[in-house]
Amino acid sequence: MSTIADVFTVVAICTGSFFFMAGTVGLLRFPDALTRLHALTKADNLGLGLIVLGLLPQADGMLGALKLIAVWALVQLAGATVAQLIAHALLRKRPPT
Amino acid sequence: MSEFLLAAAGFILLTVAVGLVRILRGPGNVDRTMAVQLLGTGSIASLLLVAAATGVRGAEDVALGLALLAAFASVAFVNSAAPSEPDNSEPAAGE
Repeated sequence: MSTIADVFTVVAICTGSFFFMAGTVGLLRFPDALTRLHALTKADNLGLGLIVLGLLPQADGMLGALKLIAVWALVQLAGATVAQLIAHALLRKRPPT
Repeated sequence: MSEFLLAAAGFILLTVAVGLVRILRGPGNVDRTMAVQLLGTGSIASLLLVAAATGVRGAEDVALGLALLAAFASVAFVNSAAPSEPDNSEPAAGE
């Protein structure tokens, strides 16, 4: 049982790290600000989400797991709000053609 | 297991640090804010991994605070970027 949990942790954290790498590459390589915002939100959602998912079997007890989920939920809410605000600021600066 | 978690934390921190090149290149302040946002999320992930690897559970609270501060930083940036826009929502149009 412990081995299965460890394998799950390793797989989820490796996938999450990959999404962080993909987000960074997207932030550096994509041509304009809106596509870079897209890359950033993918890293936020999938990267951190998968890492929290992978850490859940390693958490000590129910309370530790709940705290991990609370961190994840806060980042989700903040990330979604900030993405909307940044996109709005971008559109305001450059009116649609 | 803890070695793997520490290695993953270091890898993520290194990756988002490379992303800070976007702060140098710009071109706009929005792009710089996005790089800082990615750094914030990566730091949160790294802190959670370090907390699980070393057993120092206080690092999770630091991650929680960092999540709060990263959100505030971006909201403050958006506010300062466009301070004086005429509010053209529905009630104002009716007057």
